[in-house]
Amino acid sequence: MTFLQESLIELIRRASAEIPDDVQAALLASLEREKQGTIAASALQIIQRNIELARAKSQPLCQDTGSVLFYVDAPPGFDQIHFAETAREAVRLATRKGYLRQNSVDAISGANDGTNVGPGAPCLHFEQHRAPEVTVRLALKGGGCENVGAQYSLPIEKMGANRDLDGCRKVILDAVLQAQGKGCGPGILGVCIGGDRATGYEFSKRQFLRKLDDRNPDPRLDALEQDILETANKLGIGPMGFGGKTTLLGVKIGALNRVPASYFVSVSYMCWAFRRQGVTLDAEGRIARWLY
Amino acid sequence: MIALHPPFTEEKIRALKVGDEVAISGVLFTGRDAVHKYLHEGGRLPEGVSLRDGIIYHCGPVVIKDEAGAWKCVAAGPTTSIREEPYQGQIIREFGLRGVIGKGGMGERTLQACREHGCVYLHAVGGAAQVLGECITRVRNVYFLKEFGSPEAIWEFEVKEFPAVVTMDAHGRSLHQEVLAASQAELAKYL
Repeated sequence: MTFLQESLIELIRRASAEIPDDVQAALLASLEREKQGTIAASALQIIQRNIELARAKSQPLCQDTGSVLFYVDAPPGFDQIHFAETAREAVRLATRKGYLRQNSVDAISGANDGTNVGPGAPCLHFEQHRAPEVTVRLALKGGGCENVGAQYSLPIEKMGANRDLDGCRKVILDAVLQAQGKGCGPGILGVCIGGDRATGYEFSKRQFLRKLDDRNPDPRLDALEQDILETANKLGIGPMGFGGKTTLLGVKIGALNRVPASYFVSVSYMCWAFRRQGVTLDAEGRIARWLY
Repeated sequence: MIALHPPFTEEKIRALKVGDEVAISGVLFTGRDAVHKYLHEGGRLPEGVSLRDGIIYHCGPVVIKDEAGAWKCVAAGPTTSIREEPYQGQIIREFGLRGVIGKGGMGERTLQACREHGCVYLHAVGGAAQVLGECITRVRNVYFLKEFGSPEAIWEFEVKEFPAVVTMDAHGRSLHQEVLAASQAELAKYL
Protein backbone atom coordinates (compact mmCIF):
# COMPACT_ATOMS: atom_id res chain seq x y z
CA MET A 1 0.00 0.00 0.00
CA THR A 2 1.38 3.42 -0.93
CA PHE A 3 1.68 6.28 1.56
CA LEU A 4 -0.97 8.21 -0.35
CA GLN A 5 -3.45 5.36 -0.15
CA GLU A 6 -2.80 4.89 3.56
CA SER A 7 -3.26 8.62 4.14
CA LEU A 8 -6.55 8.71 2.28
CA ILE A 9 -7.94 5.72 4.19
CA GLU A 10 -6.98 7.41 7.45
CA LEU A 11 -8.60 10.64 6.25
CA ILE A 12 -11.82 8.73 5.50
CA ARG A 13 -11.72 6.91 8.84
CA ARG A 14 -11.26 10.09 10.80
CA ALA A 15 -13.86 12.03 8.83
CA SER A 16 -16.39 9.24 9.39
CA ALA A 17 -15.71 8.59 13.08
CA GLU A 18 -14.57 11.90 14.58
CA ILE A 19 -16.52 15.11 14.73
CA PRO A 20 -14.35 18.19 14.05
CA ASP A 21 -13.50 20.34 17.11
CA ASP A 22 -15.38 23.42 15.88
CA VAL A 23 -18.60 21.41 15.46
CA GLN A 24 -18.17 19.71 18.82
CA ALA A 25 -17.78 23.13 20.50
CA ALA A 26 -20.94 24.43 18.83
CA LEU A 27 -22.91 21.32 19.87
CA LEU A 28 -21.76 21.62 23.49
CA ALA A 29 -22.82 25.27 23.53
CA SER A 30 -26.23 24.29 22.17
CA LEU A 31 -26.67 21.65 24.88
CA GLU A 32 -26.10 24.33 27.50
CA ARG A 33 -28.79 26.52 25.95
CA GLU A 34 -31.51 23.86 25.93
CA LYS A 35 -33.70 23.52 28.97
CA GLN A 36 -32.78 20.41 30.96
CA GLY A 37 -35.39 17.70 31.05
CA THR A 38 -36.78 18.48 27.58
CA ILE A 39 -36.69 15.99 24.72
CA ALA A 40 -34.45 18.49 22.88
CA ALA A 41 -31.85 18.32 25.67
CA SER A 42 -32.19 14.56 25.78
CA ALA A 43 -31.54 14.35 22.01
CA LEU A 44 -28.40 16.49 22.38
CA GLN A 45 -27.17 14.26 25.21
CA ILE A 46 -27.58 11.21 22.99
CA ILE A 47 -25.68 13.10 20.27
CA GLN A 48 -22.82 13.81 22.71
CA ARG A 49 -22.67 10.16 23.77
CA ASN A 50 -22.71 9.16 20.12
CA ILE A 51 -19.75 11.43 19.34
CA GLU A 52 -17.72 9.88 22.17
CA LEU A 53 -18.62 6.31 21.20
CA ALA A 54 -17.84 6.78 17.50
CA ARG A 55 -14.42 8.22 18.32
CA ALA A 56 -13.61 5.51 20.86
CA LYS A 57 -14.71 2.66 18.59
CA SER A 58 -13.46 4.18 15.35
CA GLN A 59 -16.85 3.56 13.77
CA PRO A 60 -19.13 5.82 11.71
CA LEU A 61 -20.83 8.65 13.60
CA CYS A 62 -23.84 8.11 11.36
CA GLN A 63 -24.68 4.99 9.36
CA ASP A 64 -25.33 7.15 6.31
CA THR A 65 -21.74 7.84 5.40
CA GLY A 66 -23.03 9.95 2.57
CA SER A 67 -21.66 11.18 -0.70
CA VAL A 68 -17.89 11.09 -0.58
CA LEU A 69 -16.64 14.54 -1.65
CA PHE A 70 -12.94 15.21 -2.09
CA TYR A 71 -11.59 18.73 -2.54
CA VAL A 72 -7.96 18.69 -3.65
CA ASP A 73 -5.64 21.70 -3.99
CA ALA A 74 -2.34 20.96 -5.62
CA PRO A 75 0.50 22.74 -7.46
CA PRO A 76 0.78 22.64 -11.27
CA GLY A 77 2.20 19.34 -12.46
CA PHE A 78 0.34 17.26 -9.85
CA ASP A 79 -0.85 13.91 -11.28
CA GLN A 80 -4.63 14.07 -10.91
CA ILE A 81 -5.23 10.76 -12.67
CA HIS A 82 -3.02 8.92 -10.20
CA PHE A 83 -4.66 10.66 -7.28
CA ALA A 84 -8.17 9.82 -8.52
CA GLU A 85 -7.27 6.14 -8.96
CA THR A 86 -5.76 6.01 -5.48
CA ALA A 87 -8.77 7.76 -3.97
CA ARG A 88 -11.17 5.27 -5.55
CA GLU A 89 -9.12 2.37 -4.19
CA ALA A 90 -9.03 4.01 -0.75
CA VAL A 91 -12.81 4.31 -0.82
CA ARG A 92 -13.13 0.62 -1.70
CA LEU A 93 -10.87 -0.40 1.17
CA ALA A 94 -12.49 1.98 3.67
CA THR A 95 -15.86 0.46 2.75
CA ARG A 96 -14.56 -3.03 3.40
CA LYS A 97 -13.34 -1.90 6.82
CA GLY A 98 -16.77 -0.49 7.67
CA TYR A 99 -15.69 3.18 7.80
CA LEU A 100 -18.15 3.74 4.95
CA ARG A 101 -21.49 2.06 4.38
CA GLN A 102 -22.11 0.32 1.05
CA ASN A 103 -23.76 3.49 0.02
CA SER A 104 -23.57 3.96 -3.71
CA VAL A 105 -26.12 2.39 -6.02
CA ASP A 106 -26.78 2.35 -9.75
CA ALA A 107 -29.13 5.28 -10.38
CA ILE A 108 -31.51 3.36 -12.60
CA SER A 109 -31.51 -0.24 -11.39
CA GLY A 110 -30.70 0.49 -7.75
CA ALA A 111 -28.06 -2.26 -7.83
CA ASN A 112 -25.48 -1.96 -5.08
CA ASP A 113 -22.10 -3.50 -5.90
CA GLY A 114 -20.89 -2.74 -2.39
CA THR A 115 -17.79 -0.78 -3.40
CA ASN A 116 -18.93 2.86 -3.23
CA VAL A 117 -17.17 3.37 -6.56
CA GLY A 118 -19.03 4.12 -9.78
CA PRO A 119 -20.01 6.99 -12.07
CA GLY A 120 -19.68 10.17 -9.97
CA ALA A 121 -18.65 8.25 -6.88
CA PRO A 122 -16.52 9.29 -5.17
CA CYS A 123 -16.76 12.91 -6.29
CA LEU A 124 -13.43 14.65 -6.82
CA HIS A 125 -12.84 18.39 -7.18
CA PHE A 126 -9.37 19.51 -8.20
CA GLU A 127 -7.97 23.05 -8.02
CA GLN A 128 -4.46 24.25 -8.77
CA HIS A 129 -2.70 26.63 -6.41
CA ARG A 130 0.68 28.33 -6.40
CA ALA A 131 1.97 26.59 -3.31
CA PRO A 132 4.15 23.51 -3.03
CA GLU A 133 1.88 21.41 -0.80
CA VAL A 134 -1.09 19.21 -1.61
CA THR A 135 -4.13 19.63 0.58
CA VAL A 136 -7.02 17.18 0.58
CA ARG A 137 -10.33 18.01 2.23
CA LEU A 138 -13.07 15.49 2.56
CA ALA A 139 -16.76 15.87 3.35
CA LEU A 140 -19.16 12.97 3.82
CA LYS A 141 -22.63 14.31 3.20
CA GLY A 142 -25.59 12.17 4.18
CA GLY A 143 -28.75 11.82 2.12
CA GLY A 144 -31.20 13.06 4.75
CA CYS A 145 -29.63 16.50 4.87
CA GLU A 146 -28.96 16.51 1.13
CA ASN A 147 -32.66 15.97 0.46
CA VAL A 148 -33.67 19.14 2.31
CA GLY A 149 -31.40 21.36 0.23
CA ALA A 150 -33.27 23.91 -1.91
CA GLN A 151 -32.65 26.23 -4.82
CA TYR A 152 -34.66 29.41 -5.32
CA SER A 153 -34.91 31.49 -8.48
CA LEU A 154 -35.62 35.09 -7.54
CA PRO A 155 -37.93 37.00 -7.68
CA ILE A 156 -40.56 34.82 -5.99
CA GLU A 157 -43.68 36.92 -5.75
CA LYS A 158 -45.65 34.83 -3.28
CA MET A 159 -42.77 35.00 -0.81
CA GLY A 160 -42.14 38.70 -1.37
CA ALA A 161 -38.58 37.74 -2.27
CA ASN A 162 -37.01 40.26 -4.62
CA ARG A 163 -33.57 40.35 -6.15
CA ASP A 164 -31.76 41.80 -3.16
CA LEU A 165 -30.27 40.68 0.14
CA ASP A 166 -33.65 40.86 1.85
CA GLY A 167 -35.03 38.49 -0.80
CA CYS A 168 -32.10 36.16 -0.15
CA ARG A 169 -32.83 36.29 3.58
CA LYS A 170 -36.46 35.35 3.01
CA VAL A 171 -35.73 32.29 0.91
CA ILE A 172 -32.91 31.05 3.13
CA LEU A 173 -35.21 31.23 6.16
CA ASP A 174 -37.88 29.46 4.13
CA ALA A 175 -35.41 26.63 3.51
CA VAL A 176 -34.88 26.35 7.28
CA LEU A 177 -38.63 26.26 7.88
CA GLN A 178 -39.22 23.61 5.21
CA ALA A 179 -36.35 21.46 6.49
CA GLN A 180 -37.77 21.35 10.05
CA GLY A 181 -36.01 18.39 11.72
CA LYS A 182 -35.74 16.25 8.60
CA GLY A 183 -32.10 17.12 7.90
CA CYS A 184 -30.97 16.03 11.39
CA GLY A 185 -30.70 19.40 13.04
CA PRO A 186 -29.22 21.34 14.59
CA GLY A 187 -27.80 21.86 11.14
CA ILE A 188 -25.38 24.07 9.30
CA LEU A 189 -26.32 25.98 6.14
CA GLY A 190 -24.04 26.45 3.17
CA VAL A 191 -25.46 29.04 0.79
CA CYS A 192 -24.49 30.40 -2.59
CA ILE A 193 -25.99 33.57 -3.93
CA GLY A 194 -25.64 33.70 -7.73
CA GLY A 195 -23.92 31.30 -10.08
CA ASP A 196 -25.98 28.98 -12.26
CA ARG A 197 -28.00 25.96 -11.17
CA ALA A 198 -24.96 23.68 -11.09
CA THR A 199 -22.27 26.03 -9.80
CA GLY A 200 -24.67 27.48 -7.22
CA TYR A 201 -25.20 24.17 -5.48
CA GLU A 202 -21.55 23.23 -5.85
CA PHE A 203 -20.38 26.48 -4.25
CA SER A 204 -23.00 26.22 -1.49
CA LYS A 205 -21.44 22.89 -0.47
CA ARG A 206 -17.95 24.27 -0.63
CA GLN A 207 -18.97 26.66 2.18
CA PHE A 208 -18.88 23.63 4.49
CA LEU A 209 -15.10 23.66 4.25
CA ARG A 210 -15.08 26.85 6.33
CA LYS A 211 -14.76 26.52 10.10
CA LEU A 212 -17.93 27.26 12.04
CA ASP A 213 -16.32 30.04 14.09
CA ASP A 214 -14.76 31.92 11.18
CA ARG A 215 -16.25 35.20 9.93
CA ASN A 216 -17.12 36.11 6.38
CA PRO A 217 -14.63 38.68 4.99
CA ASP A 218 -17.48 40.34 3.07
CA PRO A 219 -19.30 42.50 5.65
CA ARG A 220 -22.65 42.25 3.80
CA LEU A 221 -22.54 38.46 3.78
CA ASP A 222 -21.20 38.38 7.33
CA ALA A 223 -24.20 40.41 8.51
CA LEU A 224 -26.56 38.10 6.63
CA GLU A 225 -24.92 34.99 8.14
CA GLN A 226 -25.32 36.35 11.69
CA ASP A 227 -28.88 37.46 11.01
CA ILE A 228 -30.00 34.10 9.59
CA LEU A 229 -28.37 32.20 12.46
CA GLU A 230 -30.00 34.38 15.09
CA THR A 231 -33.43 34.40 13.43
CA ALA A 232 -33.44 30.64 12.71
CA ASN A 233 -32.71 29.97 16.37
CA LYS A 234 -35.80 31.97 17.36
CA LEU A 235 -38.12 29.72 15.35
CA GLY A 236 -38.34 26.97 17.96
CA ILE A 237 -37.72 24.07 15.56
CA GLY A 238 -34.91 22.76 17.75
CA PRO A 239 -32.74 19.64 17.66
CA MET A 240 -34.37 16.90 15.51
CA GLY A 241 -37.35 19.24 15.07
CA PHE A 242 -38.42 18.37 18.64
CA GLY A 243 -38.90 22.06 19.49
CA GLY A 244 -36.12 23.95 21.26
CA LYS A 245 -33.60 26.75 21.10
CA THR A 246 -31.01 25.47 18.65
CA THR A 247 -32.16 25.01 15.09
CA LEU A 248 -28.86 25.92 13.40
CA LEU A 249 -25.23 25.75 14.50
CA GLY A 250 -23.89 27.91 11.72
CA VAL A 251 -24.53 29.70 8.43
CA LYS A 252 -21.91 30.15 5.70
CA ILE A 253 -22.69 32.19 2.60
CA GLY A 254 -20.69 32.72 -0.56
CA ALA A 255 -21.45 34.58 -3.77
CA LEU A 256 -20.66 33.90 -7.43
CA ASN A 257 -21.23 36.14 -10.41
CA ARG A 258 -24.47 35.44 -12.24
CA VAL A 259 -25.87 36.36 -15.64
CA PRO A 260 -28.27 39.29 -15.45
CA ALA A 261 -31.26 37.06 -16.24
CA SER A 262 -30.66 34.66 -13.35
CA TYR A 263 -30.67 35.18 -9.59
CA PHE A 264 -30.33 31.85 -7.83
CA VAL A 265 -30.02 31.27 -4.12
CA SER A 266 -28.83 27.71 -3.49
CA VAL A 267 -29.05 26.30 0.02
CA SER A 268 -27.31 23.15 1.18
CA TYR A 269 -28.05 21.74 4.61
CA MET A 270 -25.51 19.80 6.65
CA CYS A 271 -26.64 17.64 9.55
CA TRP A 272 -25.20 17.94 13.08
CA ALA A 273 -23.02 14.91 12.20
CA PHE A 274 -20.88 17.27 10.17
CA ARG A 275 -18.24 14.97 8.76
CA ARG A 276 -15.41 16.95 7.27
CA GLN A 277 -11.72 16.56 7.69
CA GLY A 278 -8.64 17.65 5.81
CA VAL A 279 -4.94 17.05 5.54
CA THR A 280 -1.81 18.50 4.05
CA LEU A 281 0.34 15.83 2.44
CA ASP A 282 4.12 15.71 2.22
CA ALA A 283 5.98 14.90 -1.03
CA GLU A 284 5.64 11.14 -0.44
CA GLY A 285 1.92 11.36 0.29
CA ARG A 286 2.16 11.05 4.07
CA ILE A 287 -0.06 13.16 6.30
CA ALA A 288 1.93 16.22 7.36
CA ARG A 289 -0.82 18.13 9.14
CA TRP A 290 -4.54 17.88 9.97
CA LEU A 291 -6.60 20.89 8.93
CA TYR A 292 -9.61 20.75 11.26
CA MET B 1 -38.55 6.84 30.33
CA ILE B 2 -41.18 4.18 29.58
CA ALA B 3 -39.93 0.61 29.08
CA LEU B 4 -41.59 -0.99 26.07
CA HIS B 5 -41.42 -4.79 25.96
CA PRO B 6 -43.14 -7.34 23.73
CA PRO B 7 -45.86 -8.19 23.19
CA PHE B 8 -46.56 -4.75 21.73
CA THR B 9 -50.28 -4.82 22.38
CA GLU B 10 -52.74 -2.25 21.12
CA GLU B 11 -53.43 -1.29 24.71
CA LYS B 12 -49.77 -0.52 25.47
CA ILE B 13 -49.42 1.44 22.26
CA ARG B 14 -52.58 3.49 22.77
CA ALA B 15 -51.37 4.42 26.25
CA LEU B 16 -48.40 6.28 24.73
CA LYS B 17 -48.58 10.03 24.17
CA VAL B 18 -46.61 12.58 22.17
CA GLY B 19 -43.49 13.55 24.10
CA ASP B 20 -43.10 10.23 25.92
CA GLU B 21 -39.56 8.89 25.92
CA VAL B 22 -39.46 5.13 25.52
CA ALA B 23 -36.81 2.40 25.75
CA ILE B 24 -37.71 -0.46 23.41
CA SER B 25 -36.62 -4.05 23.95
CA GLY B 26 -37.48 -6.97 21.69
CA VAL B 27 -37.26 -7.56 17.95
CA LEU B 28 -37.15 -4.89 15.24
CA PHE B 29 -37.24 -5.39 11.49
CA THR B 30 -35.60 -2.75 9.35
CA GLY B 31 -37.32 -1.61 6.19
CA ARG B 32 -36.84 1.49 4.10
CA ASP B 33 -37.48 2.73 0.57
CA ALA B 34 -37.17 -0.50 -1.42
CA VAL B 35 -39.09 -2.61 1.10
CA HIS B 36 -41.96 -0.12 1.40
CA LYS B 37 -42.37 0.23 -2.34
CA TYR B 38 -42.21 -3.56 -2.74
CA LEU B 39 -44.91 -4.18 -0.11
CA HIS B 40 -47.06 -1.39 -1.48
CA GLU B 41 -46.96 -3.03 -4.90
CA GLY B 42 -48.26 -6.28 -3.46
CA GLY B 43 -44.94 -7.97 -2.61
CA ARG B 44 -45.03 -10.62 0.09
CA LEU B 45 -42.93 -10.68 3.22
CA PRO B 46 -40.26 -13.38 3.19
CA GLU B 47 -40.82 -16.39 5.37
CA GLY B 48 -39.71 -15.67 8.92
CA VAL B 49 -40.72 -12.01 8.85
CA SER B 50 -43.94 -11.00 10.56
CA LEU B 51 -44.82 -7.40 11.20
CA ARG B 52 -48.06 -8.19 13.06
CA ASP B 53 -47.94 -6.38 16.41
CA GLY B 54 -44.38 -5.57 15.46
CA ILE B 55 -42.17 -2.54 14.96
CA ILE B 56 -40.52 -1.53 11.72
CA TYR B 57 -37.35 0.51 11.80
CA HIS B 58 -36.54 2.92 8.95
CA CYS B 59 -32.85 2.17 8.91
CA GLY B 60 -30.07 1.22 6.53
CA PRO B 61 -27.40 -0.07 8.89
CA VAL B 62 -23.69 -0.64 8.33
CA VAL B 63 -23.27 -4.38 8.87
CA ILE B 64 -20.06 -6.28 8.26
CA LYS B 65 -19.05 -9.91 8.73
CA ASP B 66 -16.61 -10.51 11.56
CA GLU B 67 -13.69 -12.98 11.38
CA ALA B 68 -15.96 -15.87 12.40
CA GLY B 69 -18.38 -15.01 9.59
CA ALA B 70 -21.08 -13.63 11.90
CA TRP B 71 -22.92 -10.40 11.13
CA LYS B 72 -21.79 -7.44 13.15
CA CYS B 73 -23.73 -4.19 13.11
CA VAL B 74 -21.33 -1.24 13.18
CA ALA B 75 -23.77 1.65 12.86
CA ALA B 76 -27.55 1.82 12.85
CA GLY B 77 -29.35 5.13 13.13
CA PRO B 78 -32.70 6.04 11.56
CA THR B 79 -33.23 7.31 8.03
CA THR B 80 -35.69 10.06 7.01
CA SER B 81 -39.20 8.62 7.23
CA ILE B 82 -41.20 11.04 5.10
CA ARG B 83 -40.14 9.21 1.93
CA GLU B 84 -42.33 6.30 3.06
CA GLU B 85 -45.42 8.49 3.46
CA PRO B 86 -47.04 7.22 0.23
CA TYR B 87 -46.87 3.63 1.56
CA GLN B 88 -46.81 3.65 5.36
CA GLY B 89 -50.52 3.95 6.15
CA GLN B 90 -51.37 0.98 3.97
CA ILE B 91 -48.54 -1.09 5.48
CA ILE B 92 -49.60 -0.27 9.05
CA ARG B 93 -53.13 -1.52 8.29
CA GLU B 94 -52.30 -4.51 6.11
CA PHE B 95 -49.44 -5.92 8.13
CA GLY B 96 -50.66 -4.86 11.57
CA LEU B 97 -47.73 -2.70 12.69
CA ARG B 98 -47.77 -1.23 16.20
CA GLY B 99 -44.76 1.01 15.82
CA VAL B 100 -42.72 2.79 13.19
CA ILE B 101 -39.25 4.02 14.18
CA GLY B 102 -37.59 6.65 12.06
CA LYS B 103 -36.66 10.30 12.00
CA GLY B 104 -38.14 13.57 10.82
CA GLY B 105 -41.77 12.50 11.28
CA MET B 106 -44.47 11.52 8.81
CA GLY B 107 -47.62 13.00 7.34
CA GLU B 108 -51.36 13.03 7.66
CA ARG B 109 -52.07 9.60 6.13
CA THR B 110 -49.68 7.83 8.49
CA LEU B 111 -51.13 9.74 11.43
CA GLN B 112 -54.60 8.63 10.38
CA ALA B 113 -53.50 4.98 10.12
CA CYS B 114 -51.87 5.23 13.57
CA ARG B 115 -55.14 6.45 15.03
CA GLU B 116 -57.30 3.84 13.34
CA HIS B 117 -55.10 0.82 13.87
CA GLY B 118 -53.36 1.68 17.13
CA CYS B 119 -49.80 2.45 16.11
CA VAL B 120 -47.24 5.10 17.05
CA TYR B 121 -44.39 6.85 15.32
CA LEU B 122 -41.22 6.67 17.37
CA HIS B 123 -38.52 9.22 16.64
CA ALA B 124 -34.97 8.04 17.19
CA VAL B 125 -32.12 10.56 17.22
CA GLY B 126 -30.92 10.96 13.65
CA GLY B 127 -27.20 10.47 13.22
CA ALA B 128 -26.83 8.66 16.56
CA ALA B 129 -25.70 5.49 14.81
CA GLN B 130 -23.35 4.38 17.59
CA VAL B 131 -25.63 4.90 20.57
CA LEU B 132 -28.45 3.15 18.72
CA GLY B 133 -26.17 0.47 17.29
CA GLU B 134 -25.05 -0.42 20.84
CA CYS B 135 -28.67 -1.24 21.67
CA ILE B 136 -28.63 -3.99 19.06
CA THR B 137 -27.71 -7.06 21.03
CA ARG B 138 -27.94 -9.52 18.15
CA VAL B 139 -28.34 -9.57 14.38
CA ARG B 140 -30.78 -12.48 14.03
CA ASN B 141 -31.19 -12.60 10.30
CA VAL B 142 -31.27 -10.71 7.03
CA TYR B 143 -33.75 -10.97 4.15
CA PHE B 144 -33.67 -9.56 0.61
CA LEU B 145 -29.95 -8.88 0.92
CA LYS B 146 -29.24 -9.84 -2.68
CA GLU B 147 -32.33 -8.22 -4.13
CA PHE B 148 -32.12 -4.85 -2.38
CA GLY B 149 -28.50 -4.55 -1.17
CA SER B 150 -27.32 -4.17 2.42
CA PRO B 151 -28.77 -0.75 3.37
CA GLU B 152 -32.17 -1.61 1.85
CA ALA B 153 -32.45 -5.20 3.09
CA ILE B 154 -34.72 -6.36 5.93
CA TRP B 155 -32.48 -6.87 8.96
CA GLU B 156 -33.87 -8.62 11.99
CA PHE B 157 -32.38 -7.10 15.13
CA GLU B 158 -32.75 -7.93 18.78
CA VAL B 159 -32.60 -4.70 20.73
CA LYS B 160 -32.32 -3.76 24.36
CA GLU B 161 -33.48 -0.39 25.69
CA PHE B 162 -33.43 1.31 22.32
CA PRO B 163 -34.25 4.99 23.02
CA ALA B 164 -36.92 6.89 21.06
CA VAL B 165 -39.50 9.60 21.53
CA VAL B 166 -43.18 9.28 20.63
CA THR B 167 -43.76 12.15 18.20
CA MET B 168 -47.00 10.86 16.61
CA ASP B 169 -49.43 8.99 18.81
CA ALA B 170 -52.54 6.87 18.29
CA HIS B 171 -54.78 9.77 19.31
CA GLY B 172 -54.15 11.95 16.29
CA ARG B 173 -51.44 14.16 17.79
CA SER B 174 -48.28 14.93 15.87
CA LEU B 175 -45.41 16.90 17.36
CA HIS B 176 -44.20 17.56 13.81
CA GLN B 177 -47.42 19.31 12.81
CA GLU B 178 -47.31 21.35 16.01
CA VAL B 179 -43.68 22.46 15.63
CA LEU B 180 -44.23 23.29 11.95
CA ALA B 181 -47.26 25.46 12.72
CA ALA B 182 -45.54 27.22 15.63
CA SER B 183 -42.31 27.86 13.72
CA GLN B 184 -44.25 29.15 10.72
CA ALA B 185 -46.11 31.65 12.92
CA GLU B 186 -42.84 32.66 14.58
CA LEU B 187 -41.06 33.19 11.26
CA ALA B 188 -43.86 35.48 10.05
CA LYS B 189 -42.82 37.92 12.84
CA TYR B 190 -39.31 38.29 11.43
CA LEU B 191 -40.03 38.68 7.73
